[in-house]
Amino acid sequence: MFRMVKRVHISKRKSMMIRLSSIFFALLLSSFFIGLMGHEPLKVYSSMLKGAFGSKYRMIETLKIAIPIIITSIGIMIAFKMKFWNIGGEGQILMGALFATYVALNFEYLPKAILLSAMFIAGFIGGGLWGLIPAFLKVKFDTNETIITLMLNYIAIKFITYLQYGPWKDPSAMGFPKIKAFSQGAVLPKVFGLHMGWIIAIIIVIIISILMKYSKWGYNIAIIGESKDTARYSGINIKRTVLFSLFVSGGICGIVGFIEASAVNQTLTPLLSSGYGFTAIITTWLSGLLPSIIIPVSILFAAMVKGGSFIQTAFQIPSSAANVLQSMILFFVIGSEFFIKYHLKYMGIKKGENL
Amino acid sequence: MEQIVFVETKKLTKTFGTVKANNQVDFDLIKGEIHAVLGENGAGKSTLMNMLSGLYKPDSGSIKIKNEEVSFSSPKDAIKKGIGMIHQHYKLVDVLSAKDNILIGKKGKFFLNKNKSFDSIKNIANQYGLPIHPDKKVSEMSIGEKQSVEIIKVLYSGADILILDEPTAVLTPQETKKLFEILRKMANNGCGIIIITHKLNEVMTISDRVTILRKGQTIDTVMTKETTPKELTDLMVGESTNLSIDRPIVKRGEEILKIKNLVAKNKDQVEVLKNISFSMHQGEILGVAGIANSGQKELCESIAGLYKIESGEILYHGENIVGHKPVDIIKSGISMSFIPEDRLGMGLAASMDMINNYLIKEHHNQNGIFLKRKPIEKKCEEMIERLDIQTPGIHHPVKELSGGNIQKVLIGREIDTQPSILVTAYAVRGLDINSAHRIYDLLNEQKKNNVAILFIGEDLDILLELCDRILVMCNGSITGIVKADETTKEDLGYMMTGNMEREGIFYV
Repeated sequence: MFRMVKRVHISKRKSMMIRLSSIFFALLLSSFFIGLMGHEPLKVYSSMLKGAFGSKYRMIETLKIAIPIIITSIGIMIAFKMKFWNIGGEGQILMGALFATYVALNFEYLPKAILLSAMFIAGFIGGGLWGLIPAFLKVKFDTNETIITLMLNYIAIKFITYLQYGPWKDPSAMGFPKIKAFSQGAVLPKVFGLHMGWIIAIIIVIIISILMKYSKWGYNIAIIGESKDTARYSGINIKRTVLFSLFVSGGICGIVGFIEASAVNQTLTPLLSSGYGFTAIITTWLSGLLPSIIIPVSILFAAMVKGGSFIQTAFQIPSSAANVLQSMILFFVIGSEFFIKYHLKYMGIKKGENL
Repeated sequence: MEQIVFVETKKLTKTFGTVKANNQVDFDLIKGEIHAVLGENGAGKSTLMNMLSGLYKPDSGSIKIKNEEVSFSSPKDAIKKGIGMIHQHYKLVDVLSAKDNILIGKKGKFFLNKNKSFDSIKNIANQYGLPIHPDKKVSEMSIGEKQSVEIIKVLYSGADILILDEPTAVLTPQETKKLFEILRKMANNGCGIIIITHKLNEVMTISDRVTILRKGQTIDTVMTKETTPKELTDLMVGESTNLSIDRPIVKRGEEILKIKNLVAKNKDQVEVLKNISFSMHQGEILGVAGIANSGQKELCESIAGLYKIESGEILYHGENIVGHKPVDIIKSGISMSFIPEDRLGMGLAASMDMINNYLIKEHHNQNGIFLKRKPIEKKCEEMIERLDIQTPGIHHPVKELSGGNIQKVLIGREIDTQPSILVTAYAVRGLDINSAHRIYDLLNEQKKNNVAILFIGEDLDILLELCDRILVMCNGSITGIVKADETTKEDLGYMMTGNMEREGIFYV
């Protein structure tokens, strides 16, 4: 009766419409679920919004979550554009944080501006090296980058846990397994009430947007993503581009590690990445790999997280129920990708097929 | 003895887009015979077989199996009627044993009686002398053994009409001989066998009858005993088209590329280029004829620096470029456009616009971090004008253009790099006559500009009319280099199939 037909071309506006309507349907379906729990769906939704944007404080809290998601999304977007599935954002964030922490704890005497700059660079290098490993294995041995990047996440987590319990354990913490807190000189200052990670985020988005769109490097990445054969035939050095891009991709994730360690945690913990590396996969994908779209999508996503936790307390909804709402929206939005790629055609009564 | 007709098709037609892949094809298969289907690439052999095995549905015409009119809606229906297809690329699960592969998809009870199946598989294997052990894993098998498993698989499902799609393409001569013995045994036991091939000597050895297809139509069905390879070649390549192609007379320039004893191996360490030697001259179109996958692609990629070369030299202006980086080779003026079956996979970025596609070659010549797109826009506009490319504009994704226009973009871009050597493979693949002629004109213009052109083609008529010399490849070797105006299609056909009855002629 119905047949899937691949869309030849879809306008940006139409694909955006499909995505937006998917959110609408998600909310519609969630309404039944909320109703089932004995709450009024509209009330719940509006207080979700309130919880995320209701006051200046809440807005800042939401943005605090949005910043790492934005930067990580930009980082992995670079890899995704080459169809290199870097799902190792977590590990790259943690390694960036680790490198930045090393600088923070060992060069406390440096002036603040220099210390922070050094931490920034260290974070970039840490994340970059962690991204370079799967890239190297890929170009050298054609390993599966999905598995390798995923596994490297756990290695990073466990390595930091080891440092926390072992060599980097703070002796003055009365036996508590924690790494020493940063000195004030290693903490990112606030600008307009929010740590200056937001400025870093905006700068990164702008720079990467421009590079992706206008630079040779961005062009090579796009060609590799489009067709490896075409890239090969046109003489692009695929291996070098993959290696360099993954260093940058991981490096940008590493900057997130630096920001989170310096501004949010003011120390290093294995929990610091808070799943941003995974969340960013979703936001990157939803943004259609477009840097400019990553910002609003990430903020909306952060709002969903923040709003979700707000309704837990406001309506006494269990946290798992709030998670159901979030998952429902995600499920629909990701499912809508199918309708962007294909459209269903009513075929009428079965008769001579032509394919 | 009365003949039992197994398969009979009448006026079978199948259209893909605007291409008539099969046009009123009549074909029949008699019990106990081996029937070869012969034709060039794109003649419609596979389409016909896919209709018989239920993969495609004919647009019109009828198929009768054992005197019963059928209409398959899936391969399952065809299997039920006793038709078994053995594809060129085996469809086996590597990690499973032969037995499990044979039992896949078979109807049965919830639990399989594996011992019973084991015995019946063993029986079939013994009956035809197929040397396999049912418990051996497919991943541990040789190519010949895998083929045996495929054959047993269709026999086990009760098929008595077997279709083999180029079964010998990957076999050694010994394995081929063995296979033919088995096929003959099966035919004697009452099976009907269809074998698709373009190797003439095999047709002569194994088949009882031959049906020749050309451009989607049945040309003739002949008794193998009453024909000769020459007659078959004639039928296969057909008469020349009336639309003649220009071959401007250009004084042959100096030797610009010389290839000496080139050897290359693929991933499986099989030699794909065997001691290739030839030279290219300025102002000359050198054609390359050969059956698909005879080493054409590897040859192109070797010249472009994209294929690992085992030994031998490629001398460009006397300098060996083996081991040079692809970018440097492009910059030095060697351009390659290879048009694969799907046309867009290599050479173009499908969903990008013309400007970005133009940049694929151009960006190497730009310095600095950023790309300048403005000058390219102008060049693209000029190209649209000059080559009469039908497109809504330079910002339109190239994949949405028609085949001919896509090809124009590709070749136009290569020409714009002002190469001194132009390598083009299957440049007119899938194009209608007019678009194809536009491409020939373009190539001739380049020839007049003293460019050396390597033209890898499929259609022998075109090669003979367009090229100055033709190099014939067979199975990775050069079987002859001939002057186009002193050669006939038959000669080329002989050399292409590696038929060495006549000596390969080398005109250097």
